[in-house]
Amino acid sequence: MSVQEELLTSNQTVCYHCGEDLGKEQLDFDNHLFCCQGCKTVYDILKDNGLGNYYDLESSPGLKVKEVEISDRFAFLDNPKIQQKLLNYADDQLGRVIFFIPTIHCSSCIWLLENLYKLQKGIRYSRVNFMKKELSLDFDPSILSLRQLLELLTSIGYEPNISLSDDGKPKKVRKDRSLYIKIGVAGFCFGNIMMLSFPEYFGFEGTIDNHIRHFITYINLVLSLPIIFYCSSDYFISAWKSLRQAYINIDVPISLGILVLFLRSAIEVLWNVGPGYFDSLAGLLFFLLVGKWFQQKTYDSISFDRDYKSYFPLAISRMKGEEVENVPVNDLKVGDEILVRNRELIPADGILVSQEARIDYSFVTGEAEPDSKSKGDYIYAGGRQLGQTIRLIIQKEVSQSYLTSLWNSDVFVKEGEDQHQNLINRISKYFTLVVLVIAFLAATFWWIVDSRLALQVFTAVLIVACPCALALSTPFTLGSISRLFGRHRLYLKNSHVMEKLASIDSIVFDKTGTITDAKDQSIHFEGVQLDKLDKQLIQSLVSQSTHPLSRKIDGFLKQEGAKGFMVEHYIEEEGQGISGRVNGIEIRLGKLSYVALRNNSDRIYLDSRDKSTSIYVAFEKETRGRFLLSNSYRKGLKPLVDQLKNYFSLALISGDNNGEKETLASIFPPQTDLQFKQSPSDKLEYIRKLQQKGKKVLMVGDGLNDAGALKQSDVGIAVTGDIMAFSPACDAILDASRFEDLFNFIRLSLIGKRIIIASFVISFLYNIVGLMFAVSGNLSPVFAAVLMPLSSLTVVIFTSGMAKLMGSRYLKS
Amino acid sequence: MSVILVLIGLSVGVAIIFLASFFWAVKSGQYEDTYSPSVRMLFEERKDKEPKKGK
Repeated sequence: MSVQEELLTSNQTVCYHCGEDLGKEQLDFDNHLFCCQGCKTVYDILKDNGLGNYYDLESSPGLKVKEVEISDRFAFLDNPKIQQKLLNYADDQLGRVIFFIPTIHCSSCIWLLENLYKLQKGIRYSRVNFMKKELSLDFDPSILSLRQLLELLTSIGYEPNISLSDDGKPKKVRKDRSLYIKIGVAGFCFGNIMMLSFPEYFGFEGTIDNHIRHFITYINLVLSLPIIFYCSSDYFISAWKSLRQAYINIDVPISLGILVLFLRSAIEVLWNVGPGYFDSLAGLLFFLLVGKWFQQKTYDSISFDRDYKSYFPLAISRMKGEEVENVPVNDLKVGDEILVRNRELIPADGILVSQEARIDYSFVTGEAEPDSKSKGDYIYAGGRQLGQTIRLIIQKEVSQSYLTSLWNSDVFVKEGEDQHQNLINRISKYFTLVVLVIAFLAATFWWIVDSRLALQVFTAVLIVACPCALALSTPFTLGSISRLFGRHRLYLKNSHVMEKLASIDSIVFDKTGTITDAKDQSIHFEGVQLDKLDKQLIQSLVSQSTHPLSRKIDGFLKQEGAKGFMVEHYIEEEGQGISGRVNGIEIRLGKLSYVALRNNSDRIYLDSRDKSTSIYVAFEKETRGRFLLSNSYRKGLKPLVDQLKNYFSLALISGDNNGEKETLASIFPPQTDLQFKQSPSDKLEYIRKLQQKGKKVLMVGDGLNDAGALKQSDVGIAVTGDIMAFSPACDAILDASRFEDLFNFIRLSLIGKRIIIASFVISFLYNIVGLMFAVSGNLSPVFAAVLMPLSSLTVVIFTSGMAKLMGSRYLKS
Repeated sequence: MSVILVLIGLSVGVAIIFLASFFWAVKSGQYEDTYSPSVRMLFEERKDKEPKKGK
């Protein structure tokens, strides 16, 4: 061991294997420190098998090994039917399988997984695809069963993600290689046509025989056939599809350009009047396809960000012994026990441990009536629990993509939202018409002046006006900006939201949980003194609810120890309160009107003059007192409002009473509409009224009791803090810590829109230059071949560069 | 002058060989993962069972 390594080891504060903090139970083994038995075991296995190299490539490359009982977990893999689904190929000697292993993250992973054969007899070959995080394995089924293979991978910390889709075969996502082939073919034809056109470029007309020149142009014609029939097929198909739906997309003018270019060149060659534009045609296709490939790469890397960088800031309450801890949704593992409170989303498939549950699957099935489930039932992800908190044992890994698709489900598509009506398609409709008109006008003009040139000019216009740069600008800009937003914790449902965000003119805020910060609230109780048991009873009730005020009271009462009594008949009424039978005692919590059913005015505290929110408590219909919560507003609220008030009309709607009106009036500008005592349906109605006045409304809420308003609004942003109830009704999720940046987000989406318009201008300028040459009859093939890809390239560099520059100016990380 | 026809034939022929080898490269999956091969080539082959300490 070298000196440096020795030094490193002696000062080691993190686990040699996984790089996590050593914690209390550190283990010293073989001069290295480990955080747990699991990591030590993996080190031991690797070292015994001569795989110590694993630790030389990267420091602490390993993965924390969860000490889970794996004895029976993969027993299902002994089932031949399941094996058949997983294996790509199987006979007596050879099994071939591809696993998706999300934990592959560094070069040590590649090394270890590709040296598996040293670790285990029976593994013949293993190969890692790092980009896709896939491991392909060949193994000998007579020595090693599939189950043993999985257990081996799991024991060293690389647990494959096995998904047995219902339709039989595991999804075989073969990447389409045809684009590469098409680029290759186009490049081949482009290069050869260019080479054969050299005599034309340099004007060697006198030096070559005429019949050789002919021969060369015929070769060019032959070389251009694969371009037309193979490389351009995607454009033709897409254009044809859109024409059949009586609608012009961006591929229509592109296809038109390609077709005209080819026909004209072919006619020139066959009629023996000129060399044609085969070089431009091949070059055009080559650059178009390269652009498409680049675009696909960018999209891939965006979807990569989406999948792996915790696209949803969704936290789950997981049981750790008797404690509850909040973990990001991605950390959930099969076998974890989780709590799902009232109105929370079920993040993954699981088995119900609690006695009963009522699950609302309206997001998934559209069915409004909740399903009743009882203990031991299998519950699918995507539903929402109604009523008391339930416990589940997770059976399947969380699928981010499933949650994303849920968010994008048709149920939540806003009325009047038409996918086709985005900017680019609106423009392309007129674009094609304008180009055709110009082409006809120019052709008519030349028909009169010099009829020989008429057809040439007509086709030249169509060729040079090809809108490839136009097609690239929108996806590149929207893509880079939504990516930027995600990095700063504003998660957009899709890039369409950004276009809408740029057009809003009014902002409506919800109060509780949105502009107030539940964490900094001070709280006290007044009324009949509560003893310890009372507090535990109330705590058990409030722990069922996800409402910010309930969370707050929960935290307050928990300080004296929680007991976790059984809660029956739990009911939560939006904007009113919660009630339930705890340990046989009926407890109601909430607004005075909700709690005080019986007239026992001697105990009622009607004083609502002070600036706090009051939550009343009743035991068996007898009012015991109230919790007083003084609101504290989110950091940065005042500066944010000051920024926003110059550009937008603001409004505030709150479910609470007007106790805080004065404070709010001092924060918000005088003309702000402050509405109090609004029920969830009032909020929705309020938004609708604003929209009827022609306003474009941004609703900022917490996604709990304003889901309807979020959905109704043009853009609905849910602000989420530590406990996050996922609300598919919103268009974007904003992490509460970035609340103060709201104005900058809106500003950036405006800038995004301007970038798109600017790039349109750039590509139009290119087109105008090209058109001027074309109309005047001077469009040389070389010029066309250079101009077209140049315009695409400029637009791509401009859009992604500007988005990055503006992002770093307005959003500080 | 007809030698030029031979030359054209030759040059296109050579180009076709390259095109074919490109097809082969794509078909054999060389464009699917452009990261791991760059790391893989740096791994040292160690035949011995005992891991060496120090270099």
